[in-house]
Amino acid sequence: MAAAMSYVHADVENLKATELRLGLPGVEESDKMPSPPSTPRAGTKRALAGEHREVEPKAAPPAAKAQVVGWPPVRSYRKSCFQQASSKTKEAAPAPVVVKQEEAAVAAAPPAAAAAGGSLYVKVSMDGAPYLRKIDLKMYKGYRELREALEAMFLGFSGDAGSVNPSDFAVTYEDKDGDLMLVGDVPFGMFMSTCKRMRIMKGSEARGLGSSKE
Amino acid sequence: ASLSPPPPRHMSAPPSSSPSPAPIPQPAATLAPAGMRGAAAEDSSGSPPSRMSEDDDDGDGAGGGDRWAPDLRGCGNGGGGGGRWAPPDQVLENVLESVLEFLTAARDRNAASLVCRSWYRAEAQTRRELFIGNCYAVSPRRAVERFGGVRAVVLKGKPRFADFSLVPHGWGANVSPWVAALGPAYPRLERICLKRMTVSDDELALIPKSFPLFKELSLVCCDGFTTRGLAVIAEGCRHLRVLDLTEDYFHEEESEVVDWISKFPECSTSLESLVFDCVSVPFNFEALEALVARSPALRRLRVNDHVSIEQLRRLMARAPHLTHLGTGSFRSEPGPGGALSVSELATSFAASRSLVCLSGFLDANAAYLPAIYQVCANLTSLNFSFAGLTDEEFIPVIRHCVNLRTLWVLDTVGDEGLRAVAETCSNLRELRVFPLDATEDSEGSVSDIGLQAISEGCRKLESILYFCQRMTNAAVIAMSENCPDLLVFRLCIMGRHRPDRITGAPMDEGFGAIVMNCKRLTRLSVSGLLTDKAFAYIGGHGKLIKTLSVAFAGNSDMSLQHVFEGCTRLQKLEVRDSPFGDKGLLSGLNYFYNMRFFWMNSCRLTVKGCGDVAQQMPNLVVEVMKENEGEMDTVDKLYLYRSLAGPREDAPSFVNIL
Repeated sequence: MAAAMSYVHADVENLKATELRLGLPGVEESDKMPSPPSTPRAGTKRALAGEHREVEPKAAPPAAKAQVVGWPPVRSYRKSCFQQASSKTKEAAPAPVVVKQEEAAVAAAPPAAAAAGGSLYVKVSMDGAPYLRKIDLKMYKGYRELREALEAMFLGFSGDAGSVNPSDFAVTYEDKDGDLMLVGDVPFGMFMSTCKRMRIMKGSEARGLGSSKE
Repeated sequence: ASLSPPPPRHMSAPPSSSPSPAPIPQPAATLAPAGMRGAAAEDSSGSPPSRMSEDDDDGDGAGGGDRWAPDLRGCGNGGGGGGRWAPPDQVLENVLESVLEFLTAARDRNAASLVCRSWYRAEAQTRRELFIGNCYAVSPRRAVERFGGVRAVVLKGKPRFADFSLVPHGWGANVSPWVAALGPAYPRLERICLKRMTVSDDELALIPKSFPLFKELSLVCCDGFTTRGLAVIAEGCRHLRVLDLTEDYFHEEESEVVDWISKFPECSTSLESLVFDCVSVPFNFEALEALVARSPALRRLRVNDHVSIEQLRRLMARAPHLTHLGTGSFRSEPGPGGALSVSELATSFAASRSLVCLSGFLDANAAYLPAIYQVCANLTSLNFSFAGLTDEEFIPVIRHCVNLRTLWVLDTVGDEGLRAVAETCSNLRELRVFPLDATEDSEGSVSDIGLQAISEGCRKLESILYFCQRMTNAAVIAMSENCPDLLVFRLCIMGRHRPDRITGAPMDEGFGAIVMNCKRLTRLSVSGLLTDKAFAYIGGHGKLIKTLSVAFAGNSDMSLQHVFEGCTRLQKLEVRDSPFGDKGLLSGLNYFYNMRFFWMNSCRLTVKGCGDVAQQMPNLVVEVMKENEGEMDTVDKLYLYRSLAGPREDAPSFVNIL
């Protein structure tokens, strides 16, 4: 039956979505196609009549089905908490900030910066600092910019300890497996996709000289 | 100038609602247009504004505190209708008001207000909580003119699909006209609860200025304010008991953050509840610790993810009587003394003998979970929905939670984790399983297996929200049979149009069984591959359904027709991406006045069809939004709602009111 065929077809599509491919994690096809602010155009709506097929054109590459706005229905508040947790860098149903001339249909939940695919916030702690900071890794093109930003952000805390030498500190991060790694070993793109949080440690600790804190 | 004798002493009685009296037939002009029963004051249907169902605050209800002397203004205006005005019987009014004080449920009050003019007036003066389910359904002026003695206001703004980025930015639901009207009218206002509204800092600043007795502010899914506004509230509302910020949208530059916590009064405060887990910016922890220490009535505290385990411990030491705790990050940020040990943390929890509700775990280190074992047996509510726990991490915890009634988790706990829930939590009433990876083609870690297990173990289940990738009719049918008390059934099969994973059939039978067997069902969200048959079932059996959410479902307009003709209690209908057109829309013509709203996006509506509806229904506001200019006749988004206020004046350019 045509109906049954289309169910099988749907399954095949899902298989394709989970197939293994070569390539570094985080260096996949582009995050998202610029999907329209709302869902499929009138042309594809015809596909809905009587046929239970996916609404996207079949020509779409397997793993990158055009994401539909607002589906699955999870509040962006909740989604934005798990950006890093998701193993893929693509962001579901972005709120695309497509600004038209008449500033009309800007389909955006207010935390557009966080929920849209355009940011990757991680927490940064520094030993001895009173509270954490959050930075958006996507703001930086590479390690040098990142390090400069961190220095600008955190050096103020150690100001009263006299002159601060940035090389006294080691920047580490916790990756997806929970391991503590030194920042700078892997390509920046890979770092972005595996970094869960960062920690700036005093140099002596980073060299592994005991676990006692100062 | 009041004409009444000194008011009788308020008798204490349970604030439960008494059965409404039989309406007395009246030849006089009706007080509201036919079919618009109490549009300004509807019964609170749907989900309660608070985040956890446990925490639903019933509010002031039957007026406590000082009695309100009857105010005789407002007869005739606000209610419409002419007819002769007869001088009121003052004694009768006093007696009536005393009696009506005991009515709290809005539905009962609405009924009472329709009996006759006397009752209308008496009810209008004694209504303490004003519930407005759609801020555009009535003008602030009209509401304020009718109700004289309001102490609490609940306002809801944007349609729920705004949560999923379907309502363009700038659509509306600004609180400013309301604040402007409430201020002068209700100087004794104590409580404001807003949901999905835009609130600016300046509007927040009006609260302490206008309401010297202000006690409770609750903002749910709101946006537009910053820590600057919070600072004004903290500083200005000297009698503040509740400040609950739940899932609001905070978008503040860290450099602009204001130290609002320090602004609370220096002396002992009357704070009972402080919830700010969504205010995800750094704050002054020492100030919070001091605040908690001088707030002896504090029972609910939910902090944001900038609070470490070490800091949490300090807070708990200051507030040993907490009943609801949001644990912050639940992760160690070791200070000079080193990282906290699990046993040290366990001591803190053991000392909190009153804890019944735990949430937070916003960045949890699962190694610390054993610290909460001691309180698990007392917990009635647990929210792990921000902690990506595996089944191995989750199961040992849940095994202790034998008295749980509400559980929110992530699907990372898997079917195995749900099985453990089923085996342990026989008293469970509400379950929500959220997806870690909310995309259509994600792996999905829970399935029909987990749902089946839950249905077998948690027979008293009343509310379920379940995100998954694989489902079968059999499991849904099993749930319908095992859990007949279900009030809320929301199943989200994330892949669109997905059929039964085993049989390949549509999910019609599963949802059909739900509406057939769960006779108390009031809220339903459907998903998966669905034909018109499913909607025939829903219309045929879903007689108590008030809220229905439909996405990527149905074959034809018959689906909508089934729903409109069958679901006689339907109040809120939201539809997206389904093959329904003008014909389906028109099949609802006779029912729209009984509903709060109807939302439809990305279907097959035309401007003409929507215009026909607008033309035939004068008290309906029909808003259409179009994304692209190309196809002039199609409608991308339709939002229609009954209203006494007529077309709103603050509609942005992308909204066309027909």
